[in-house]
Amino acid sequence: MLHVAAIAIFVTMALALARALLGPSIFDRILAANMFGTKVVLLLAVLAFFQDRPDFLDLALAYALINFIGVLAVLEFFQSRLRRQARPSAGEGGQ
Amino acid sequence: MTELLSVVSTLLVVSGGLFVLVGGIGLLRFPDLFTRMHAASVTDAMGPLLILGGLMLEAGWSLATAKLLIILVFFLFTTPTATYALANAATLAGAAKKSSGTSDKKDA
Repeated sequence: MLHVAAIAIFVTMALALARALLGPSIFDRILAANMFGTKVVLLLAVLAFFQDRPDFLDLALAYALINFIGVLAVLEFFQSRLRRQARPSAGEGGQ
Repeated sequence: MTELLSVVSTLLVVSGGLFVLVGGIGLLRFPDLFTRMHAASVTDAMGPLLILGGLMLEAGWSLATAKLLIILVFFLFTTPTATYALANAATLAGAAKKSSGTSDKKDA
């Protein structure tokens, strides 16, 4: 019955990709990308048992780490850009 | 006992897939960023818990169970952190622009 979960995860990944392409704001896209990464980890875990290859679990763990750091890095980038846009004169006055 | 474990594992994995699917539909169809985050939190909370828990029951006492447990604990710590960071950044962006539109097409 693992393929039922795998198909559900595949469909959800397609939906998250559609949201990432449609999403009107930056944060919708980041949310969809974060969810896509989470679903990749789940899919790798299911696939490890589906194909009986337990080394896929290491890939899932590494992908979970990279996904979290990547989402935080992109959020910090956009947050600092918005901070600079909100106070355009503060950067020039401070330095 | 083994049959019972197998049935419970299948039940957990399939219901986890159902939760993931429901959250994905909500992510696509909800109207607002924060409602979409609500839908995504359904998949981020229940999906890993049920799917990885079901896989753990199928794996038995082995190294795979330890790895799945590590992934699950990591998810349970990082998902609220990422959700908080996203909501915080979205709130700050909305407050900075003083409008409901946080579209990235305007400032391109």
